[in-house]
Amino acid sequence: MNFDHDTVVGFTKSWGLFYLIAMAVGVLIYVFWPSNLERFHAAKKNILDEDDKPWK
Amino acid sequence: MRVGVLCSTKWGTLDMVAQLTTGERQLAIVVLSLVALLGLAMAAAGRADPIGVHGFIVLAICCGLIFVVLGAYYAPEPSPERLEHYYDDPSKVGIVLTMAWAVVGMFLGVWVASLLAWPDLTFDAAWASFGRLRPAHTSAVIFGFGGNALIATSFHVLQRTSRARLPDQFSPWFVLIGYNLFCVVAATGYFMGVTQSKEYAEPEWYADIWLVVVWVTYFAIYIRTLARRKEPHIYVANWYYMAFILVVAILHIVNNLAVPVSFGHAKSYSVFSGVQDAMVQWWYGHNAVAFFLTAGFLGMMYYYLPKRAGRPIYSYRLSIISFWGITFMYMWAGSHHLLYTALPQWVQTLGMTFSLILLVPSWASAGNALATLNGAWHKVRDDATLRFMMAAAVFYGLTTFEGSFLAIRPVNSLSHYTDWTVGHVHAGALGWVALITFGSIYCIVPWLWKRERMYSARLVEVHFWLAIIGTVIYVFAMWNSGIIQGLMWRTYNENGTLTYSFVESMVAMHPYYIARAFGGLLFLMGAIVGSYNIWMTIRGEAEVAPESADLPEPRLASAPGE
Repeated sequence: MNFDHDTVVGFTKSWGLFYLIAMAVGVLIYVFWPSNLERFHAAKKNILDEDDKPWK
Repeated sequence: MRVGVLCSTKWGTLDMVAQLTTGERQLAIVVLSLVALLGLAMAAAGRADPIGVHGFIVLAICCGLIFVVLGAYYAPEPSPERLEHYYDDPSKVGIVLTMAWAVVGMFLGVWVASLLAWPDLTFDAAWASFGRLRPAHTSAVIFGFGGNALIATSFHVLQRTSRARLPDQFSPWFVLIGYNLFCVVAATGYFMGVTQSKEYAEPEWYADIWLVVVWVTYFAIYIRTLARRKEPHIYVANWYYMAFILVVAILHIVNNLAVPVSFGHAKSYSVFSGVQDAMVQWWYGHNAVAFFLTAGFLGMMYYYLPKRAGRPIYSYRLSIISFWGITFMYMWAGSHHLLYTALPQWVQTLGMTFSLILLVPSWASAGNALATLNGAWHKVRDDATLRFMMAAAVFYGLTTFEGSFLAIRPVNSLSHYTDWTVGHVHAGALGWVALITFGSIYCIVPWLWKRERMYSARLVEVHFWLAIIGTVIYVFAMWNSGIIQGLMWRTYNENGTLTYSFVESMVAMHPYYIARAFGGLLFLMGAIVGSYNIWMTIRGEAEVAPESADLPEPRLASAPGE
């Protein structure tokens, strides 16, 4: 492959864009996947456990 | 009582060494001896070169620490019961170092600020010239104050959120002390004139290599502790802390690729040149802001703010979206530091565009923090510690908005090279980084030292107002100064030549420089008050800790989550 300026720019403008979109979509799917909701809910509550004992 | 509790009631170096097993004490002496030998070799090879002086500094520090370890070398083995507690000794020392660096770094800041208003304060001494004091200030506050705060709090948060003890007792000390050795070598180097001339990456090659060793150990501690976690889901604060550690490692290694003149010489030359060097430097520089000064401190915010407010974070989903947004977008924003330079136009536009999009995840984090406090405003009113964190979130929102705005090309043509940039950086550094750090420290100190509360709630209040007033004075002075500067530099007369000379713009800056030094002085006074309060809290009497509280998951086997 010819590693010149135009090639790098072309790669950045095409694959760079797809990479950004794919990643955004991937993150949104993970965040809104219904079965993950419970896990997120537990995660945000668990740090508040006042007595901070070992998990049984 | 038992050793673990003894350590928390009586805070002493020897107690901390006695907490190490005999094997760990031996390992400490071996590693310290090896580093001391390295220092000796640097001193021998460097001779009159600054690297020789650094060799002696490394040698002296390591020998001093060997004596500290030997002082408790024959202390009895620590009780196995210690494994049922979290390991917080490195965090405690880290907090004390954080405050020490804060006072040193902010004092240097007030000095450099004063130097701009009254240039005679350089006392005709080479070491006290602006070009040497200024990196000493930035490194002391960013790396000394900020870095120690991140290390100390990350160990604390990591253990609590994974319900696992740190994997061993030696490597956290290696990270903490090794990191501070780097900071000392960096700061003393600047006074001798040692610099790579890369902003926020000034330390020379040998200090950089040492930091890589320390940093890899730091990341390994994180991975090893997470591998033993009980909770299957990794809490979002840890993602931010890990992004901070991992990305800083990548940035640091790439930007510092350099060839030294010789092994006995401090000077090195970057492998990059011209505009590539500039681009790599600002890819590093802006991501240092993103991952050192933002991601790590967001990790702090996502743990200590909900804890202190007694409320879970407003939206956990939003925190994940902001995490990936920040992680991805920041990587491309660095070129906004090089608008109107020889950098290709499309790279500049790319940097500008991503800087603008960055506002979305940044405001998502700031909004998430403030929405968490919604319903707890009475606590914010009564509790200066929580107010520190609330103000930090507000400043984070303001500064990221300002950052996106300044990255717009035409705005940058007015603001670049002026004090507006300095004001922007300090709105972030004082308003966001320092305030979230002080808030977190006021949370963590009573927890770590098993005190019921801080020595004086009133002094926390005094610190809060000194910090807020100092920041506001500083930022307003620099906004005025920067915009006046920018306008004076671009005002033309009817003949098409510049209306104002550069010296005239400097004369116009003078009152703002005095105001800025005063704002900085107030902020420094706040840090001194805070240090006193923390010291008195540490020296005070411990409350009787309930036996069951604050325990890690007792098992030691290396079983991952689920």
